[in-house]
Amino acid sequence: MTPAAWPRPGSAPRRLLHVDPVRGALADRRIEDLPELLRPGDLLVVNDAATVPASLAGAIRGSPLEVRLAGPGASPAEWTAVLFGPGTWRQRTEDRPPPPELRPGDRIDFAGGLAAEVLRVSPVSPRLVELRFTAAGGDLWPALYRAGRPVQYSYLAGPLALWHVQTPFGSRPWAVEAPSAGLVLTVGLLQSLRRRGVRLAPVAHAAGLSSTGEPRLDALLPLPERYDVPPETARAVAAARARGGRVVAAGTTVVRAIEAAAGSGGRLTAGPGVTDLRVGPGYRPVAVDGLLTGLHEPGTSHFQLEAAFAPPALLEDAFHHADKEGYLGHEFGDVSLILAA
Amino acid sequence: MRIGGAAALVTGGSRGLGAALGGELARRGARVVLVARGGEPLERAAAAIRAAGGEAHALVADVADKEAVYPLVGAATALVGPIDLLVHNASALGPVPLRPLAETECEDLSAVLEANLVGPFRLTKAVVGSMVLRGAGLVLGVSSDAAVTGYPGWGAYGVSKAGLDHLARTWAAELAGTGVHFLSVDPGEMDTLMHAQAMPEADRSALADPRAVAGRIADIVENAESFASGSRLEAASWRSAG
Repeated sequence: MTPAAWPRPGSAPRRLLHVDPVRGALADRRIEDLPELLRPGDLLVVNDAATVPASLAGAIRGSPLEVRLAGPGASPAEWTAVLFGPGTWRQRTEDRPPPPELRPGDRIDFAGGLAAEVLRVSPVSPRLVELRFTAAGGDLWPALYRAGRPVQYSYLAGPLALWHVQTPFGSRPWAVEAPSAGLVLTVGLLQSLRRRGVRLAPVAHAAGLSSTGEPRLDALLPLPERYDVPPETARAVAAARARGGRVVAAGTTVVRAIEAAAGSGGRLTAGPGVTDLRVGPGYRPVAVDGLLTGLHEPGTSHFQLEAAFAPPALLEDAFHHADKEGYLGHEFGDVSLILAA
Repeated sequence: MRIGGAAALVTGGSRGLGAALGGELARRGARVVLVARGGEPLERAAAAIRAAGGEAHALVADVADKEAVYPLVGAATALVGPIDLLVHNASALGPVPLRPLAETECEDLSAVLEANLVGPFRLTKAVVGSMVLRGAGLVLGVSSDAAVTGYPGWGAYGVSKAGLDHLARTWAAELAGTGVHFLSVDPGEMDTLMHAQAMPEADRSALADPRAVAGRIADIVENAESFASGSRLEAASWRSAG
């Protein structure tokens, strides 16, 4: 599928492929049809994490490397990160040379005086590390925003600005890549959904890296990710279920957060958590009924997650249909809604 | 809105009304982020709030700089949580002594509009979606008498403040029913550095203390829902005006 090579403004036309898992049907729609595809009483849950400029050019003992933050860690100054050798986003991640070998206690220096100490190196790959920045709190965030730029991949046409990777409702800066289903949800669309009687609620989920270029590491994705379910959202999910409304997740990260927070009866425990939940074929969602997401190639982890909501054969048909019809892929591309009509 | 527990972002927070309002909001229980271009007076203002037992953070940013908006909102939200109250207080006068429009350079007008109008627009845009999603929030613009009366020499500033008022009206119309509220407040003439730069000959004893004005604006914030969204209020008289 052709990737969308550049961000489109929120008001630009976007296609939406409606995948109905009950009838086994596909329908070509547009994003502005979303309100009529949902029912009054449904609840749309979005990921309101803002996107951090998580790619940091650094140096260790004079050798350049790129640090891609993968997710926030145990304390505000600690992050999990994936390291790359010299190069830029214009190269495919699998073509990047390895970084210099790091050991716990090593110091990485970034632009503007920011530095980080290596706390741990993963036994799975020397490229997966835990870091602690030397700055903290009110000093760390401005330094991080000065030193970093958005994580991006080689199919894009040019360097992204920070505003390109923000959803219209981004709040706490936890995501290292844009929670991309939210990029299509403009403020105007949120208002249309509310007018339709669809309720809205946020969770925060620290959306992680989608690719590292190293098969051993990619097999670990998504890494354990932080999330936070506000008490209002837990109540909104319970209320939707009580009135017979459906809970629709805007993005795979929202599925993971809600399902991780849900008990066996589908009731959510509010509050922060870390999830290593893997959703795939055979997983029976307990709280989420449907999913708004991008168009994902069979075999990818996102496709696997979709298979918890629709038969894999139907999803493969959907992908090939979208490809043939010229839908665009990746984070700035078109979307699909997997939900019974 | 309830100030206790709210996350507030106040631009122009290093001195004058911004510092006083940040202090008053923190005294009433808000978690406050003060924003200004200059590091040292800004840090002093935040430290004074903390010394008085309040929560305050200082972030250095120029609201006229497009690149600064998301780093500012991201850092602020990381520190105090999703923003409930956004106060557009930072203002540029343009070159002083103030000069008539016929002698105002186009670039100077542009710079004033960037700081007082376009910057607040960008900042609102970066914050308002989260407020819409949560169904609550207040965006308060600090306006001026010069927004409604054409005073000689105050052209660039007055135009920018008239624009800021109208932004609030238009946001209010577009986001009616979302729970997000917009207000403009004319604080009146205050004994501040900006006032001294604009009118060095003024009798300071006749000017209001910014701390007293901050108290009235905090009262307006607490009663925000009683005013129609998009309203323009005068800090000095809102009590009697209801």
